Amino acid sequence: MAGAAASPTPPTAIARPPRERISSWPLADRMFYGLAWLSGIGLCVIALWIVVFMLIKGIAYLRPALLWTRPAAGSIHQTQAGGILDPVEGTLLVTAVGTVIAAPLGIGVAVWLVEYGRPRALARAVDSGIEMLAGVPSIVLALFGLLFFSQGVLTFVSQPAASGALGQSFLACGAVMSLIALPLIFASTREGLEQVPPRLREASFALGKTRATTSRYVLLPAIKPSIAAGTVLGMGRIIGDTAIVTLLLGGAAQLTEPVGHAPVWSVLRGTGSTLTSYIYYNSPSGEGNAHEKAYAASFVLLLMVLGLNAIVTRLTRDSLDGPRGAGSRIRSMVGRFTPVRDMSGTAGRF
Amino acid sequence: MDPLMPPPIRRIVLDREPTVAPPREPPSGANGSASAGAALAQRIARQPVANTRERMSIEGVWLAYGDNWVVRDVSLPVRQGEVLALIGASGSGKTTLLRSLNRLTEITPGAARAGRIALDGTDIHELEVNYLRRRVSMVFQQPNPFPMSIYDNVAYSLAEQNPERGRRRRRRSPELGQAVEDALRRAGLLDEVAGDLDRSALRLSGGQQQRLCIARALAAKPQVLLLDEPCSALDPISTATIEELIISLRESVAVVIVTHNLQQAFRVADHVAFMHLGELVEYGPSEQVFDRPREQRTRDYVSGAFG
Repeated sequence: MAGAAASPTPPTAIARPPRERISSWPLADRMFYGLAWLSGIGLCVIALWIVVFMLIKGIAYLRPALLWTRPAAGSIHQTQAGGILDPVEGTLLVTAVGTVIAAPLGIGVAVWLVEYGRPRALARAVDSGIEMLAGVPSIVLALFGLLFFSQGVLTFVSQPAASGALGQSFLACGAVMSLIALPLIFASTREGLEQVPPRLREASFALGKTRATTSRYVLLPAIKPSIAAGTVLGMGRIIGDTAIVTLLLGGAAQLTEPVGHAPVWSVLRGTGSTLTSYIYYNSPSGEGNAHEKAYAASFVLLLMVLGLNAIVTRLTRDSLDGPRGAGSRIRSMVGRFTPVRDMSGTAGRF
Repeated sequence: MDPLMPPPIRRIVLDREPTVAPPREPPSGANGSASAGAALAQRIARQPVANTRERMSIEGVWLAYGDNWVVRDVSLPVRQGEVLALIGASGSGKTTLLRSLNRLTEITPGAARAGRIALDGTDIHELEVNYLRRRVSMVFQQPNPFPMSIYDNVAYSLAEQNPERGRRRRRRSPELGQAVEDALRRAGLLDEVAGDLDRSALRLSGGQQQRLCIARALAAKPQVLLLDEPCSALDPISTATIEELIISLRESVAVVIVTHNLQQAFRVADHVAFMHLGELVEYGPSEQVFDRPREQRTRDYVSGAFG
């Protein structure tokens, strides 16, 4: 009871446990530790290299005018190749079509599987079906899509051709693109639903609400951040895909004339290009041979994908900025946050 | 599951209020324990309700999960105008019995039932399940408001199925607003939240959340209100508020409360049913069960010998 009157002062010398010395480790452990460090740093260096290299190359050739100049069709010479307006528009169109198809499907299937899931056998089949879809290479999907949309009865999606339908259009391309975005949206919605605590469902059932009402008004609003994250990931996947564009959108650099007279539909029945296919054609291995334009387009594409990644990070990160931060509602409900299973595929696939 | 994710946050559940346990007399044979109840706590002052009427009747009910019978041949009346408390040790089947009253047991796979439960004379299994659950609504152990505004929480429950969206104040109908306020007033929450019904329900305190859940349950205009240990996650002051609320509600709805807390049962209940291992051991007026239990097992339980 020495300093009863004085407030206790913290001790000045705090004994810390001695640091573990790596030199005391067995040799094998030390080697493994070193390898782990090396590979980690190596990956960082490679990722940074790619980004910085493309940024430098891209900025060097990027002129604002490129963004609103249409590419010159058929021109081989670099200075006459025009801008990248059409590929940017094409990317936006394909992404929009793909997302509009994939999001409701993915969310719907996830709700059905988690909330209903009967009969069991069908649920299992749907589950493995989507898993399989996620594993199919996009070029295979593209080939299937091309054959599918070339059937005469599906001319309304593209345009007439000698043997039935052309099979190439923004609609056809977007529809097949939705297949590569769907597994991501599905997985993320499903994980969100599975992490909603059962008491939230019970509360709704106890008020005499059906499963449908519960899903629509309680569960889906509660997992909005998961759904949004999945959707944005899916969009990233669509933006980055090249194989499907090459086969299903045709090689024309410019958007073609609208097909028919329906307001939006006619544009979507046309063909065109996206940033990915534009880069492919203008790269050193393509036919266009306008490297500078390819670099500039890569820069724009990289910006788009990085932007989407930033959105995903923002949607899924733990809110450190107080309870009003994005997605914190669900976090306080659910306790832990929504994981996005598969981050691969956001950064462009070639 | 991603191993990098932090573990789920759980509320710390207080099983019993931190009240000082009163000295108990040892359970000693036949005439020993005088008035365990008197030693426990004061009952909340109340006016007896003049005309009680039977709302639900439980007749020879058996309930099982899989092959395991958790409720065995229970018969009880549930009356409007009084609070019925189900007490008993963990695993005695109280909660299962409570959940069977609005057929919430059915969402558990493998649940089975025998016997008859009637609401105003009609077998509840002949009623449409969602209709039944609006007539017999439930409040859970954990406050579980929906992750939306206070207003939307109540409005959700007011609608039969699809609620009117109250996001935009301008588009709300005044009748709905009135109904929401009525429900909040009945649950004794309106004064505390009146200024800001658009606030997220998750930003309320635990006691307020639980009263919001009661408001939500009341908004459906039920005939029977089921409470499954409604205070076990709350502090003593919130508990007192909710207990008074329960007493005031019993005039307009039949109240059934499951509780682990004997003091609470004594404070709020008019009738008490003591269950043990799925059987109904004793049912009677609260004073009788606590002060003059007929069964030895009841005497042991209310005097703290087990449970």
